[in-house]
Amino acid sequence: MTTATIDMTAAKSAADRLIARKRLVAFGVPGIVLVYLTYIFFAFDIPGLADRMRLDNAAILVSDSYSYKTHVTRDNRSGEISVAKEGERRGTYPEGRLPDWVTMTDGGAEIVLPHGHRVTFGPDNTATYVHPDWGTLTLQASRADGVTMSVPEADLPDWVTHSSARVDIRTEAGRLSMTRNRTEVFRYFFGWELFWFTLDSPYHDVGLARILVGERIDPERSNIAGAWHDFWNNAMWRHKEVAWALGETVLMAFLGTFGAAMIALPLAFAAARNFMPVLLVRGLVRRVFDFVRGVDALIWTIILSRAFGPGPLTGALAILVTDSGSFGKLFSEALENVDRKQIEGITSTGAAPVQRYRFGVIPQIMPVLLSQVLYFLESNTRSATIIGAITGGGIGLMITQAIQTQKDWEEVTYYIVLIVLIVIAMDWFSGWLRGRLIGRSQ
Amino acid sequence: MTDTALNTPLPQIKSDYTALVRQRRMYSGIGVAIFIVLMVSGFMVADARNAGGFWDGWHQMLDFPAGVLSEAWEKRANLPGLLWRYLPALVETVNIAIVATLIGVLMGLGLSLLSTRGLALWPGAIPLFRRISDVLRAIPEIVIALVLIFMMGGGPVPAMIAIALHTAGAMGKLYSEVNENADLKPVEGLTSVGAGWMQRMMLGVIPQVAPNYLSYALLRLEINIRASAILGFVGAGGIGYELRNSMTFGMGKFDEAAAIFILLFLTIVIVDQVSSHLRNRLIGPGAH
Repeated sequence: MTTATIDMTAAKSAADRLIARKRLVAFGVPGIVLVYLTYIFFAFDIPGLADRMRLDNAAILVSDSYSYKTHVTRDNRSGEISVAKEGERRGTYPEGRLPDWVTMTDGGAEIVLPHGHRVTFGPDNTATYVHPDWGTLTLQASRADGVTMSVPEADLPDWVTHSSARVDIRTEAGRLSMTRNRTEVFRYFFGWELFWFTLDSPYHDVGLARILVGERIDPERSNIAGAWHDFWNNAMWRHKEVAWALGETVLMAFLGTFGAAMIALPLAFAAARNFMPVLLVRGLVRRVFDFVRGVDALIWTIILSRAFGPGPLTGALAILVTDSGSFGKLFSEALENVDRKQIEGITSTGAAPVQRYRFGVIPQIMPVLLSQVLYFLESNTRSATIIGAITGGGIGLMITQAIQTQKDWEEVTYYIVLIVLIVIAMDWFSGWLRGRLIGRSQ
Repeated sequence: MTDTALNTPLPQIKSDYTALVRQRRMYSGIGVAIFIVLMVSGFMVADARNAGGFWDGWHQMLDFPAGVLSEAWEKRANLPGLLWRYLPALVETVNIAIVATLIGVLMGLGLSLLSTRGLALWPGAIPLFRRISDVLRAIPEIVIALVLIFMMGGGPVPAMIAIALHTAGAMGKLYSEVNENADLKPVEGLTSVGAGWMQRMMLGVIPQVAPNYLSYALLRLEINIRASAILGFVGAGGIGYELRNSMTFGMGKFDEAAAIFILLFLTIVIVDQVSSHLRNRLIGPGAH
């Protein structure tokens, strides 16, 4: 009985200690995390974030990513009127092919906006905005007085902002702004402008059915060939360059990953305990792997781009160098786990060393090896985007350039969609290949 | 013992076998040939589209490291001071990685529980949460970071959010694979006593999978420190930003670049070692 009591006391105190420790962990860890996050809150200047936040930029970004605007602009000095998508030169409608909601009149233009709104550019630099629920507002630009209005200031609705130099009318239907020099109407449309054909192409605004089966639009060339040529060489969306860039990105991932695997495999034998008895060599190779992995992909990218200049090859080599370290480590671990019996069996048949490796070792490590390589291939497609942004190659370069110009957000959206699709496709492809090569169960 | 093979004459088995072997060899031969053609032509395309060719460039590969090293060696007296000067930037980079890992892991935990069969709160929405993880994982951090820099200015916060989102996607997938191996009996037991979904997850699932979760989170921390340095390079603050500045100045500032290289290298190696030690203690050697 005495021994049992002693055991009970010991067990109880052990349990008490365990519970006390668990309690400490259960309250201590969240406490430390909380203290750390408080420190971060001030170290990252989260309170100042609200001031730095540019909500107007966010609004531009969001609306630009799914819609575009067409500008109707009148130069108030020359009286010249132009219609252009996003106000860009490449999106300007040629004379005589204006969109049907703009009608040129004598000395002005009629612009129809949605929801029954209408703008008229009148003679002598006047513009009239007709709001179906509110009424009519006429603006007049003159060199001497700036911009004047037909309605006294006190009666203006809140969608009109004005100063002596500028009047701005923003409604759900569009926008009219007038300064001394310029009158401009924006009409917003859903979608991406000129994604298929630019305005100088005869195939712009022609239905798909007419291109495929309709009569020849351009007498010089057949519809399908011509349409493909104009689409592929679209100067605004640059489909050809984008396709090449995507190809470059995948190529970087492919060359880098498989090149790294081919370099790492022989070296891994030198780093595995059961294949390389000499400690010095083994340690040396392992340190090389560790060093290559420790010098980050970023540093390798910088070093390599100094030697090879920007482009896909530099990116591929950066991936190759970094990953050969990771593969070396993984492969040598796999090699240390191989079963000796198979190798002995092969040896007993009188096989030469090369045959021993080929038939005794490679079949054992192949599934591990392939699944690792394919997993890296997928994740390197994403890395190649990032490396491309640094070295200057592939879709990574195009997207960083598009973001840095800070205006073509629809292109940024397009590239993001493409990147997501290509990464998901590579994910699916590597999974499929893995399934085919080493069986579903792996 | 009416095995058909026994009735087949031996020479026929042999010829069938050799035919099979020959076919197999042919297929793997074709596979290898395709692979070699892809590698060689891929290399040639990449080489042609690169600004500098491989054959001109490879012997210059060591020029830049040699330049940095020799300059750093000449100014070696500056090195301790420079290391001290860039320490705050390094701390910022590491902080970005740690916070992003914390937030991302928590988000990924939620996503994974919501997208695992048998555990999900709304089983109908499993594909939705899986696709969310896929998309979060597929968007490179750099894209989110650059867009956020446009919206909220430079600094650590955009990088942190970008890495956290990516981590959430990656963890959502990894954790749901872990969850699938979890024993459902504790969950059933908890359901039978009327526990809510949160209680079932907190008490029935998390304790089973916590070691694996922690191990993956540590592995992710290693990856995120590297990612955070890279994002700094494109303008999100931290040591990467300092590195780019010292690189743009070029010659004459290479002692600074060397100091940053050293700091980055040491940090990565130390974090890797500590994390692999901790992971070995958590789930034993050899796992992931």
